[in-house]
Amino acid sequence: MNLYDKVARNVVDVPPSGIRKFFDIVQEMPNAITLGIGEPDFVTPWHIREAAITSIKNGETSYTSNNGTVELRKAIQVYMKDRFGLQYDYAQEMMVTVGASEAIDLALRAIINPGDEVLIPDPSYVSYVPNVLFAYGVPVPVQTYAADEFRINPENLRKAITPKTKALILPYPNNPTGAVMGKEHLQSLADVLKDTEILIISDEIYAELTYGQKHVSFAAIEGMRERTIVINGFSKAFAMTGWRLGFAMAEKPIMDAMKKIHQYVIMCGSTMSQAAAAEALVTGAKNQYEDVMKMRNDYDMRRRVILKALNDMGLSCFEPKGAFYVFPCIRKSGLTSEEFSQRLLTEQKVAVVPGTAFGESGEGFVRCCYAVSLKNINEAMRRIKAFLESL
Amino acid sequence: MTEQLEARVLDLLCRDARTDYDTMAVMLGVTAEEIATAAAKMEAEGLIIGYSAVVNSEKLKEDIVSALIEVKVSPQRNQGFDAIAELIYSFPEVQSCYLMSGTYDLMVIVEGKNIREVASFVSDRLSTLDNVLSCSTHFILKRYKQNGRVFVDKDPDGRLAVSP
Repeated sequence: MNLYDKVARNVVDVPPSGIRKFFDIVQEMPNAITLGIGEPDFVTPWHIREAAITSIKNGETSYTSNNGTVELRKAIQVYMKDRFGLQYDYAQEMMVTVGASEAIDLALRAIINPGDEVLIPDPSYVSYVPNVLFAYGVPVPVQTYAADEFRINPENLRKAITPKTKALILPYPNNPTGAVMGKEHLQSLADVLKDTEILIISDEIYAELTYGQKHVSFAAIEGMRERTIVINGFSKAFAMTGWRLGFAMAEKPIMDAMKKIHQYVIMCGSTMSQAAAAEALVTGAKNQYEDVMKMRNDYDMRRRVILKALNDMGLSCFEPKGAFYVFPCIRKSGLTSEEFSQRLLTEQKVAVVPGTAFGESGEGFVRCCYAVSLKNINEAMRRIKAFLESL
Repeated sequence: MTEQLEARVLDLLCRDARTDYDTMAVMLGVTAEEIATAAAKMEAEGLIIGYSAVVNSEKLKEDIVSALIEVKVSPQRNQGFDAIAELIYSFPEVQSCYLMSGTYDLMVIVEGKNIREVASFVSDRLSTLDNVLSCSTHFILKRYKQNGRVFVDKDPDGRLAVSP
C-alpha cells in the first residue's frame, strides 16, 4: 500500500511552506542573527503568568464552556469597546479560540462552499491560502504594491470580484509588510463592497501594534459590521504566542456556525490560558493597558532604528505603521528575494524571510522582524550593509 | 513636551547609558542635539549624578565580599540623622547608605576583600562611632538582580529562528 496515495488530494495540492524550508536552513546555523522571527521578544508579563499558575493551583483543570469562560468573554467585550469602539455581545456574538489561527480556519469553514472564491491580499500571512484550500475554497490573490504602501487598492479589489466571490480576508496591520489601513482606506473598500454580499474576515491580531495612528476595525466602518468577522487574540498584544488563545466576533448566524465546528473539533481553549488572558484584560482595563503600551513603545523605537538603517544603505522601505515588520525592497541587489535571503544567511549569517514566502507580490522584498534586541538589529544592519557592498 | 522627552531619555539611559545620542535620536524621532540638551539639563540639575557599570562581582578575578549592615543610631540635636549618616557614608568601604523606616535607622552596604576586612570595619570603625548604638551585619551570599538587571545566565532567546 502506498500511503502517499492515501493522503487527501486537497492536502497534497497545498505547496509546502516557503518559511518552513528556510527554517530548516537557519536551524543549521547556531550563530546566525535572526530577523526571521514572527513573534514578540517579550516574555508574557509576570502577573499574567501568575494568574495561570494560580488557576492550576486552584485545580481549574477541567473543560470550560465551548465558547470560553464567561469571565474572559465579558472581559473581551469591555476590551473591544474600550480600545476599538466595537460592541459585541459576549453571549451571542463571541467565542474564544485556540489562537487567532483557529478563528481564521473556523471562519473560512463556516462560510465556504466548494468552489467559492476568497480574496486574499498578496503578500500576506502564509496560512490564508492553505486554509482556504483545506476548506475547498479557491484562493484569489489581490496584488498589493509598495507604491500603495501595501494597502488594498479599491480598484484592484473591484477587478478581482466575480460572482463566485464569497469573502475577503482583510489582514491589517499586515504581516509581512507592516502596512496599516486607516479609516479612509477602509471606507474606500467599503464603498466597493457595499453593493455586494461579500463577507469580510478581518484578522486584526496586530491591532494594538500601530505607530502614530490608532487601529480602526473594519467592523467599525458604517454598515460593515453585519458582514464582518472580527478576529483578534492575545499573542501579539500581550506577548502570549505560546498560550494559543484568540477570539472571534461576528453576528449570530455566522458565529453559531463557527461555534458548531469548534465544539466538535476543539471543544474549548486551554483553561489555564483563559485564566491568564482574563487577567491580562481585567488588569489592563484598570491600568490603561500598561503592559501593551510599554511593549509597543519599545517596538516603535526599534522600528525607527531599523527603518533608518535600511533606507540609509539604499534598501528602500516605506514606513510601516503597524505590526513588528519592515519590508524593504532588495531589487537594487540584483538578486531575487530567495537568492538574497539565502546568500545573506550563508555569507553574513543574518536570517530574513524572502517576501515570496508570503505571495508572488513579495518578490523583490524581504521581511525583517524588529521584535529583536537593539544590539542584534544594529549588528544585523552592519552585516547586511557589508553583504550589499560585497555584491 | 521637554519634560516628556527628558523622561524618555532618562528611561533609555537607565536601560543602557552607553546608547549613543544619534541612536537615541532615531529611536525617539528627535535630533541628537535635543537628546544632548535633555541629558545635559538632567546632569546639570543633579537628576543624573553619574554613569557607571553594573558589575557581576562573582566574575571578578579578586574576591569581593559585600555586607548589608543595619545600624541603629541616636539622632543629634538640630542635625537629625544627616550628620551621622555623613560620617558613615564618607568611608570609602561604604557603597550605599540609606535612612530607613522600621526597626533600625541606617542601611549601610559595605564592600571588602574578605569577611575579616568587613568585620574589622564594623567592629573598629563603624560601631565605635559616637551615636552608633548597634550594628547587625548580614553578608550577601549571592546576587540575583541589581539595578534592574538579572545576574543569572539564562537562555537568551527560546523563540523559533524563523516563524510565520
